[in-house]
Amino acid sequence: MQAFEYANPTTVSEAVKALAVTGGSAAVLAGGTDLLSLMKDGVETPKRVVNLKSIKELQGISYTAGKGLRLGALATLDELMQNAKVKQEYLSLVQAAEGVRSPQIHSVGTVGGDLCQRPRCWYYRGGRGLLAMKDGKSMVMEGDNRYHAIFRSSNGPAFFVNPSSFAPALIALGAKVKVTGAKGSREIPVAEFFRIPATEGERENVLAHDEIVTEILVPPAAQVRNATYEVRQKEALDWPLAAAAVALQMDGKNVKSARIVLGHVAPVPWPVPDAEKLLPGKAVTASLAEQVGEAAVKGAMPLSRNSYKIRLARVAVKRAILRAAGMEV
Amino acid sequence: MAKDKKAAPPGVSRRDFFRGSAVGALSTGLLSSTVAEGAQTAGAQVLGPGPVPVTLQINGKSHRLQLEPRVTLLDALRNHLDLTGSKKVCDRGTCGACTVLMDGKPVYACAVLAIDAQGKRIETIESLGTPEKLHPIQAAFVEHDAQQCGFCTPGFVVASKAFLDRNPRPTRQQIEKGLGGNLCRCGTYAGIRAALLAVKAGKGGGNA
Repeated sequence: MQAFEYANPTTVSEAVKALAVTGGSAAVLAGGTDLLSLMKDGVETPKRVVNLKSIKELQGISYTAGKGLRLGALATLDELMQNAKVKQEYLSLVQAAEGVRSPQIHSVGTVGGDLCQRPRCWYYRGGRGLLAMKDGKSMVMEGDNRYHAIFRSSNGPAFFVNPSSFAPALIALGAKVKVTGAKGSREIPVAEFFRIPATEGERENVLAHDEIVTEILVPPAAQVRNATYEVRQKEALDWPLAAAAVALQMDGKNVKSARIVLGHVAPVPWPVPDAEKLLPGKAVTASLAEQVGEAAVKGAMPLSRNSYKIRLARVAVKRAILRAAGMEV
Repeated sequence: MAKDKKAAPPGVSRRDFFRGSAVGALSTGLLSSTVAEGAQTAGAQVLGPGPVPVTLQINGKSHRLQLEPRVTLLDALRNHLDLTGSKKVCDRGTCGACTVLMDGKPVYACAVLAIDAQGKRIETIESLGTPEKLHPIQAAFVEHDAQQCGFCTPGFVVASKAFLDRNPRPTRQQIEKGLGGNLCRCGTYAGIRAALLAVKAGKGGGNA
């Protein structure tokens, strides 16, 4: 790992200043489980590391009636999983955290870090960049793409998948992320926090180099049946192959409105509005959940080695719907 | 091998060599321009990149070290304190061989900077039992053949301690989930499960 200087701010404004003076050569450190690996591999080579863990205002989980849940960016996965209110109203978040599987990551991994972790794409981790282009061609297209995207956008040649465990559930629940930088604070819907880079060097989120995630705000969900379902290769620590998060507003036995977001299938969390439309006005049944799953993967464009992920995504949607409806399969 | 011998003078171990180079870096680090630049940042304390004082509370003892901010807790334990029970295997926060307890919670020592571990209570495998009187978990690992090559074992034992502290009466399924952060390439999982079920039943083994 390349040597770096370590900045230890105790307030958000100090952190922002410590980032701003570097002109982009600094990295933000929270739990460290992703950043330190990237630095050891030379994928990230910051001159300065700005530690956020001494900033009290970024910590904690609180709930305000009518407003909902506030997750400090530094709230750990363990804190989230143990929080009584989260366990009661936000099961999709608990299920996503459980999916990480490693108690060691639960101990130090943070909610903000989950959103800001870098993609797991092995071309990116091997130092080939997020787009992994060589001689004008995508190495992912030509190479081993078994874990890559099955949904694409016309926006650019990115095929990595968004690695966040929480993002699909947060988007389904209508959460916002609050970020603070030199120019002040802004609240962004989690869905708009991520973007597909169009050129190499562009980040996969909208953070400027002097901005940090300070908190995540999730609307009340007492009346929202929500669930996450991950399809995994193994039960121990690993990222899922495909995941789906579902949030259902109910009207008696029938669904009033539905949000469904897929994870690990595209460079950004992938909402499936056409599939969502099949649910309102109907009671959840196994066959309806199956139909919605089929609709969710309709636009899939697999690469040479990952068409198997279409089926996994379809099943993830079906099972997330059934889990949200309390009809676990 | 011949190259290795040249790199360090006879009688100097690899760890001695690391310690020596850390002290050597002290003088150059203090002169580097990034420090001067950092010092201008209003408010936030900026340290390094050269060695800085780091105090660690390990197994009930306080240790004062001079470490570069980039030194991980694992490297501080192994290369600067000769606590080599925590193993360096993947060094990427994935395999669990370096698991230690930080304020009672399991963490990957390779994924925590030593400088960030200050003020925390660190417990390593060295704090659990002695060769004469094994910790009940260690005794159960022996009794139930829960290791083969043994490289993952210290991490598994520490992770097991953290797990059992929180779940004293686990089911088999909870054990499988609760140790999801550790890998054994020899595949001794069945032995490890049996060992933990034995500890749960109060049968930690010979010395327990």
